[in-house]
Amino acid sequence: MEDSRRRFLKLAGLASLGLGAKPIYNAFARENSGSESAGVATRANDNALHATQWAMVIDTRRFAHPQDLEPIIAACHRAHNVPFLTDKRHEIKWIWEEEYHNAFPGKAAQFMDEALEHIPFLVLCNHCENPPCCRACPTQATFKRESDGIVMMDFHRCIGCRFCMAACPFGARSFNFRDPRPFIPEQNKEFPTRMKGVVEKCNFCAERLAEGKLPACVEASDGAIAFGDLYDPKSEVRELIRTNYTIRRKQTLGTEPAVYYIV
Amino acid sequence: MNEKKLIIAGLIIFIALATFPFWYNLGKAAPAPEPVLTERAKTANSGQCVMPTDYMKTEHMQLLDLWRHAVVRNTERTFVNPEGKTFQMSLSNTCMDCHANKPEFCDRCHNYVSVDPYCWDCHIENPKEIE
Repeated sequence: MEDSRRRFLKLAGLASLGLGAKPIYNAFARENSGSESAGVATRANDNALHATQWAMVIDTRRFAHPQDLEPIIAACHRAHNVPFLTDKRHEIKWIWEEEYHNAFPGKAAQFMDEALEHIPFLVLCNHCENPPCCRACPTQATFKRESDGIVMMDFHRCIGCRFCMAACPFGARSFNFRDPRPFIPEQNKEFPTRMKGVVEKCNFCAERLAEGKLPACVEASDGAIAFGDLYDPKSEVRELIRTNYTIRRKQTLGTEPAVYYIV
Repeated sequence: MNEKKLIIAGLIIFIALATFPFWYNLGKAAPAPEPVLTERAKTANSGQCVMPTDYMKTEHMQLLDLWRHAVVRNTERTFVNPEGKTFQMSLSNTCMDCHANKPEFCDRCHNYVSVDPYCWDCHIENPKEIE
């Protein structure tokens, strides 16, 4: 090329023009750009419950039979329009029961107490303090909510890639392989359903906390499940963790689950 | 170069055919639909929506986007409009409470402008089952 120097300068000039377009790009990328001009504001509900990190303590000594868990699971699944699918491959679950050796692999002794081995353990999303699912999500559809530590799902954004399901060590996430609406036994009209192609899981009843109510499972548990702020030294959960021996699921993985079990 | 006439004639025919839908439908635009308000939408909050009607007509999608972001990501569920009135930010429980008639209210305009929002794939359209 004869005039390569000239060409180079031309290209450099064009590239610097491109850099000058950054403010325009920023203006488009800004969130909620219309709301400030319209003179509106958003804030938390006056009666909302607040915490640094919501946590749960489940007293497993109170659950001897699967029937004891049924009303709790039913309350959650009814409140959140969780479909009932009999095919195991399509199953959707927010809170379910698991045997000790499945819930706490590596913690089971060889000849342990048979009662402990067979009592049902209530398992759900652990709302980890260091959630691997959120790191796997390519669209930030699932994220650790900074205001209260809940691992939330933004179903609008979920593209159904299921990376989060692969990343979650607790199997707490389910994928909607089918349109869930026909399989919802009893629709709660105030809560949305999901659509085919999105992942769903427990949301620690974020919609109830915003109205000053405790999660549906806690309410249905008759005192066997405690709920509160892990970082409030005076909270009920901290009191229970201090005065009882508690275990957490797969603690060695370092995800810091926020669901504690008294055994 | 003796195909000049053929090429020009062909071009004219092509342009006439390609623009046919435009000049054929000229002046025959379908009238804009009028969304129907329910009794509740006319009377609740003295007939005033969360924002002025003109704003709602043009910007309701931006407002819903702001609501979604505030509710899901920022733990905020109370909306304060310019008059200082507060509302719960919820499509199913606030919007569809008054506008319980999705076919006559939402769908009419959405069909007219040929948009297909996927709100109701998940959100329940008439939660209180108002007639």
